[in-house]
Amino acid sequence: MQIASMHFKERASRALADARLQSTMKRFGGGFVEKRAAARAAYGVEAFEELRAASAAIRDRALENLDAWLLRFEEEATRRGTVVLWAEDAGETCRQVLEICARHGLKKAIKSKSMLSEEAGLNEALAAAGVEPVETDLGEYILQLAAEPPSHIIAPAIHKDLGEVSDLFEKHHGRPRSDDIARMTREAREVLRPQFLSADLGISGGNFLVAETGSVAIVTNEGNGRMVTTLPRVHVAITGIEKVIPTLEDLSTLNRVLPRSATGQEIENYFSILTGPKGKGDADGPDHMYVILVDNGRTRLVGGELQAMLRCIRCGACMNHCPVYQTVGGHAYGWVYPGPMGSVLTPVFIGLENALDLPQAATLCGACEVACPVMIPLPALLRTLREQQVERKLRPWAERAALRTWAALATRPRLYALATKIGARALRWMGGRRGAISRLPFDPGWTQGRDFPAAEGKTFREMYASRRTESRRSRP
Amino acid sequence: MSVDGRVGLLVTCLIDLVRPRIGFAALRLLEAAGCEVTVPASQTCCGQPGWNSGDRPSARALARKVIEEFEPCAYVVAPSGSCAGMVRVHYPALFPDDGAWLERAERLAAKTWELTDFLVHVARFDQIPGEYAGTVTYHDSCAGLRELGVQQQPRALMAKMRGVQLKEMREAETCCGFGGTFSVKFGEISAAMAKTKCDHVHASGAGAVVLGDLGCMLNIEGKLRRMGDDKTRVLHVAELLTWEK
Repeated sequence: MQIASMHFKERASRALADARLQSTMKRFGGGFVEKRAAARAAYGVEAFEELRAASAAIRDRALENLDAWLLRFEEEATRRGTVVLWAEDAGETCRQVLEICARHGLKKAIKSKSMLSEEAGLNEALAAAGVEPVETDLGEYILQLAAEPPSHIIAPAIHKDLGEVSDLFEKHHGRPRSDDIARMTREAREVLRPQFLSADLGISGGNFLVAETGSVAIVTNEGNGRMVTTLPRVHVAITGIEKVIPTLEDLSTLNRVLPRSATGQEIENYFSILTGPKGKGDADGPDHMYVILVDNGRTRLVGGELQAMLRCIRCGACMNHCPVYQTVGGHAYGWVYPGPMGSVLTPVFIGLENALDLPQAATLCGACEVACPVMIPLPALLRTLREQQVERKLRPWAERAALRTWAALATRPRLYALATKIGARALRWMGGRRGAISRLPFDPGWTQGRDFPAAEGKTFREMYASRRTESRRSRP
Repeated sequence: MSVDGRVGLLVTCLIDLVRPRIGFAALRLLEAAGCEVTVPASQTCCGQPGWNSGDRPSARALARKVIEEFEPCAYVVAPSGSCAGMVRVHYPALFPDDGAWLERAERLAAKTWELTDFLVHVARFDQIPGEYAGTVTYHDSCAGLRELGVQQQPRALMAKMRGVQLKEMREAETCCGFGGTFSVKFGEISAAMAKTKCDHVHASGAGAVVLGDLGCMLNIEGKLRRMGDDKTRVLHVAELLTWEK
């Protein structure tokens, strides 16, 4: 996938000017938030908060001994007939998949949703090697027709409205145009069914890797995941190494918090625990099962200030609750992962210098942190990245100078008093009769879209001092 | 009920510069609540701009200054959730490897309060001096809400006041788009977020939007005025509680 994270501002600007996108986002933005709130209330608010804490603890326990749990997973999975492979980066991930294709002579891959596949650019690699990738998650399928990347990690096509999908279906399915959702869904099923039946490779992600049993757990709502992992003769699951958890008991805890946080569901429509290929006497399942454990930058987070980010279970709650994401949409972020979690992960994965705006593109309002099912302190992590940017002198010169000047002034009370005395008068004068300033000098961006309220004209400090003097004078 | 020990008023840099009357309103409320209030004259800024911009050294320098200025007080009160949150939540995080300063930061953090939180939970204040006639809607400022749990306190105080009719708006808890330096680094996005907030204010039908932080105030008021709305009042909760008809 092309990286455009350096152009957050321009992309956000385009998104703001796109009336259709704005209306789509306004219509759907609140839905997930309300559903999560209802699910939390139904579970019991206090109990849900305990569940979050327990989930965070499970993820921490796994991350503290990540290597050991991964080796345990490999051992248990191997014992049950799964081939476990390791990939250091995107390139190696693609190579591993292509080698599997070559080994088994595979020509068509059906895919269930996998963000890691986006990270690795797997579809492009498959197509280039003559293996046809077919996305079968409805949202991903729509985006494959549109040749667009996802804009949300669990609702990839949330930026598309009904009309756009109708247009795409009409163009690619060669059937009469419809805008009846039930009919369109049926149409997609009919188009995808032969693909399911003719594919020889199924590619999935993995929501969790269970170390004690060597299982891959997958949650979906459309049932496509189940077909992808059982119909073709080869199944390849690709996941990040951080997805490992110790036990099935842990899985049960995490699968209570995941659907409620993501879509507000008590449980997903389909919850699969995949352990090894088809065994003797099994009716379904692939002849070969592979799991590719991908690093692609994740080990850089282990043991560091940002380790908590690896707890992430990819529910999307942070972006659902993020007012910036809800204003500019996922494509503005310019790479695979948008919203708050993306603003932490993207700089880590592609380099801080290649995503300068992302750690800054948050108001630090904290809505993501309180919604996060595994209690990742996202604002604190963004702040840490901002510190790294300052330390590495990656912020613009003018910004650094402004901050330095402010600090120098604020640590010198007398000078500060003088400067604010002048400032208060200027901010009063500029406001004129309206009491609002429509253009500030040296303004990097405030008055472009709003006024700046005029000041009263004197500082509190001045007025308080003169009041004290007066009251002293008036005392007998 | 009176409060034991002196209360230090952390005026905040934005109130000092732009809206001193809010500082005086806070002072009046604290005195009405029976507090002996002191206003350290050398105070400037709590260090939040540096802290949120990744400039830890300058945030530390300003934190040390605030700690020294307010240490003698029994309580520190700020008419701002974000400045109070800076002291209470973030000051200790500034000195993880500096034992002496960490201890001083923690001690100050433990006695620092947002104004309405202090009035309700420490001073147990209910003799609201102001009187107002009209409808208001309340915007929950992010840091106050999520760092300090300020949500019911301002509403409880407003409920005790004569003439105030609260009309809640949709998404009162959603950020207005200020975000400190975010508001200038990403002016366009910030203003778009403010627009959403102002639309909710308008939809509530209230004649005034009340809030507890100057940042949000400048943002929301600035956007309302740019939208051509010169009528809707934007009031700090301290202003409302001391309003004279």
